[in-house]
Order: sequence, then structure tokens, then C-alpha cells
Amino acid sequence: MGTTMEKQPQTAPETVDPTVAAAEATVPMVKYTDVKKSFGDLEVLHGINLEMAAGEKIAIIGPSGSGKTTLGRMLMTLDHPTSGTIEVEGEHLWHMERKGKLVPANEKHLHMMRTKIGMVFQHFNLFPHMKVINNVTEAPVKVLGLSKEEAHDRAVEMLRKVGLEEKLDVYPAKLSGGQKQRVAIARALVMRPKVMVFDEVTSALDPELVGEVLEVIKEIADEGEMAMMLITHEMDFAREVADRVVFGADGLIVEQGPPEQIFENPQSERLQTFLRRIK
Amino acid sequence: MIWSWEYAWSVLPLLLDVIGTTLLATLFGFLIACTFGMVLAVLGRSRFRVIRWTVNGFIEFVRNTPLLVQLFFLFYALPLSLGISMSAFTTGVIGLGLHYSTYLAEVYRSGINGVEKGQWEAARALNFSKQRTWTRIILPQAIPPILPIMGNYLIVVFKETPLLAAITVMEMLSRAKNIVSRDWRPTEPYTLVGILFLVISLLLAALVSLLEYKMAQRQSK
Ligand SMILES: Nc1ncnc2c1ncn2[C@@H]1O[C@H](COP(=O)(O)OP(=O)(O)OP(=O)(O)O)[C@@H](O)[C@H]1O
Ligand SMILES: [Mg+2]
Repeated sequence: MGTTMEKQPQTAPETVDPTVAAAEATVPMVKYTDVKKSFGDLEVLHGINLEMAAGEKIAIIGPSGSGKTTLGRMLMTLDHPTSGTIEVEGEHLWHMERKGKLVPANEKHLHMMRTKIGMVFQHFNLFPHMKVINNVTEAPVKVLGLSKEEAHDRAVEMLRKVGLEEKLDVYPAKLSGGQKQRVAIARALVMRPKVMVFDEVTSALDPELVGEVLEVIKEIADEGEMAMMLITHEMDFAREVADRVVFGADGLIVEQGPPEQIFENPQSERLQTFLRRIK
Repeated sequence: MIWSWEYAWSVLPLLLDVIGTTLLATLFGFLIACTFGMVLAVLGRSRFRVIRWTVNGFIEFVRNTPLLVQLFFLFYALPLSLGISMSAFTTGVIGLGLHYSTYLAEVYRSGINGVEKGQWEAARALNFSKQRTWTRIILPQAIPPILPIMGNYLIVVFKETPLLAAITVMEMLSRAKNIVSRDWRPTEPYTLVGILFLVISLLLAALVSLLEYKMAQRQSK
């Protein structure tokens, strides 16, 4: 399935050599090629082809059980595809090349590839035994090898961005759901991934807390550099933030396009029904 | 009247003289059990089937044979078959430690299973290595809830130390036995050994309860 990009990806900063920028633009940030996924005998994804450009924001929508989470988890290396390939910046995620052949990736390769990818989960998954600040500095220190001071500065900057610089020394148990999720966002951002998966990050929240989290994500999206895969049930949010909306159902991508087209002028029967039902 | 306070008083110092051996055997045996139990618990989750099978086989074997038989094997058979010989005390401590490591492995396992799946996934998403995931994320959450159960095993190990008498370790029970064969008065020495065990067990149990209380307080904070 070909992907036409209606919106151009965010322009690169001026300091980058234009020829390099042009070359990079042709390599997608993420590329799923004929990806299938089964759990036991149940095939839940039947051959996904999907590309994301650098900096592109895509929203993934679709009915429950259609495989949206699975799609994101495979990018975060939490579930591995049954067949097909995923590339990140032109490099295979789940495979390595050995003597011209693709072989399953080892832990070292996955570790290297994961530096480009981040994820925010539906249930936050904060580390309950660490204060907010340590939740955010732990990986920069232990994984990226930053000094404590450097990690602290970065973490504080991120926590300020999500509006939580006052909660540095608090344990997660003391935070509201919306605050927890904002810490989780800061924790993922501090690793500076090039693409980040947001899996229904507001669906475990009380309705009055959804806004503050979406607001933060919008701000991050506006900064532009990071590609974002927004798996969501919030259609208004998808419309506002996404460059492109991908509608999946029954383990296939049924329709995709710019938000206006998807929401105003849906082509497929499935999408029309889906949109009618959620209104 | 069989009981003589005077006689009891005279043998008490002889028993207290070796209480250190009992306590050290408890401490070292328990430390080995904790350490090796952790190794078993972690290896028991290996993605390699051979390792999992080996670990589970070891656990089943050790749990389903009596500690006394294991001690005899380590002390009398192993030196002959493998030429390894250790002091009675070292052998006893290792025997106790290995035996209870299989129980502690089970305790750790329940603690580890109590950590949410999402914690592993967050660790993966943040690119933590396997080792760091264990040491920084999983174990710090898995262990606090099981500390009271671990404390109870400390008491169990303590109460099993008289078995070391069977392999010639001079701990409280063997000392009592020696006294009895010297003086032919069994009541006082054996009663005193019982009382000493009771007192120390109760002390340890009180410590465990205190720990439990502190844990509960910390959780509600
Ligand atoms: N670990 C698993 N084992 C077995 N089946 C699974 C597993 N994870 C997901 N599935 C199944 O795969 C299908 C797709 O699940 P997935 O969570 O990706 O859907 P989703 O689109 O994210 O749904 P929702 O909108 O409810 O979050 C479902 O039928 C689900 O039951
Ligand atoms: Mg989902």
C-alpha cells in the first residue's frame, strides 16, 4: 500500500546541508512492510504497509481490537512481528544483515535501534519506588550515560515543559492520573527519541484530566522535530494534531489521508460506519 | 523432683558457650539461601528452556529430599566421591543454605510476579539493559513486600540448625547431648536448649512483625 504524504514533513533547521536534508527526506522515519502478527493461532494484523516521514504526526484510529496497540508495540520492540519487516531510518528494527541475509536481531542491535524510539503507555507505568525526578533521570544516567547533573537539568527542563516542575520530589502515588501521564511523557521525551508512540494515553484518565495531557502533547507536536504515532480515540485531538490519519480495522489499514479528508469525506464503508458510531 | 535449678544454672554457661555457632550457622545459611535463591529465581525465568529445566529440576530435587539426608551426603559421601572435604560447620552452612535457597526462590518468584507487566515494558521502552531492569526496576519493587516472608524463613533456618549436630557440628544440641552423656541428667540440658531456641525465635518473630508494621506504614504513606 503506497502512502502519499499530503503534508510535507517539518523543514529541517537551516544549519543542515540541504543536500543531506533532501537525502534524509527520502528515507522514511518508520516503514512497516507487509507486517503480520499472530498471537497463537489468531492473526491480528494481516499485512500492514505504513510509512512515517521524519517529524510526521500520524493518528491511528479504529475500532477496539483492530490491532492499533499491537502496531505501536512492535515499533517499541515489545511485540515482535510474525512476518514482514519494520525499518527505522532505513535500518531494520527486528533484523540485522549478516552476509547479505536478514537474520533476527540480537539484543545489542535492538538496544541500538531503541535509542530512536519512545513510548507512552495507557497506564503510565511510572516506577512507583522512585520520586518523579528519578523516574525521569534514571534512564538518562543509566542508559545514555549522562552525568547526574546533566540528567537532572534535562529532566527538570522536561518536567517544566509538562508543567510539573513543582513535583520533583513527590512519589507517583501522590499524583493525579493526568500528572502521572505527564511525568511519563517527560520520562520518554528526555531520551530524545526520533519517533514516539502514544498509545491511548488519555483513556485511563478521568474525563476532566484528559485536557491537560492532550494540551501537553499538542505543544510537543508543535515543536515539530519528533515523529509521533498517536493511537487515539479522541477524534478532535487527532484532527487537530495529526498530519495524517490512518484508519485500521480487522488487522488492516482500510483508509488513510489528511484529517479533513478522513473526517469530512470518508471513502470506505467501514470508516463511515465507524465515524457514525462514535459520534 | 527431677528438676534442679542449681544443676540447670551450672550447665547454662556451657550451652551459651556454643550459641554463637548456632547463630552463625543461621546467619550464613540464611545469607546463602537468600543469594542462591535469588539466582534460582532469576534463572528460572530465563528464555532458555534448558536453564529453566535445570533450575526447576534442582528445586524439585532439593525440596523433595530431607535436609538431613543432604547433610549426610555433603559431609560423608561428597569427600569420598569427589575428594572435596570441608569442615563440618562449612558443610552444614552450605547444606542449610542450598536447602532453603529453593524455598526462597519460590518466595522471590512470587514477589517478582507481583510486579506489574507494565514495569518491564516501561524499562524496555527506556532501553534499560536486562541487568539494570532487574536491579533498578524489578527487584526494588519485588522484595519489600516479601521481606516478612523472608524473615519467617530466617526463623525456620534457625530452628533447623540442630540438624547440624548429626554431622558433628558442635552447636547447642550437640553440646547438650555431650553434657547428658557425661552427667546422665537429660532434663535440664534439653529443656534449656528448648528454652533458648524459644526465646531467640520469639525475638526474631518480634523483629519480623516490626518489619511488617513498618512496611504497612510505608505503604499507607
Ligand atoms: N498478548 C496477547 N495475546 C493474545 N492476544 C492478544 C495479545 N495482545 C493483543 N491480542 C489480541 O490482538 C487483537 C488486537 O489487539 P490490540 O490491543 O492491538 O487492539 P487495539 O486496536 O489496540 O484495541 P483497543 O482499541 O481496545 O486498545 C485483539 O483481538 C487482542 O485480543
Ligand atoms: Mg489498544
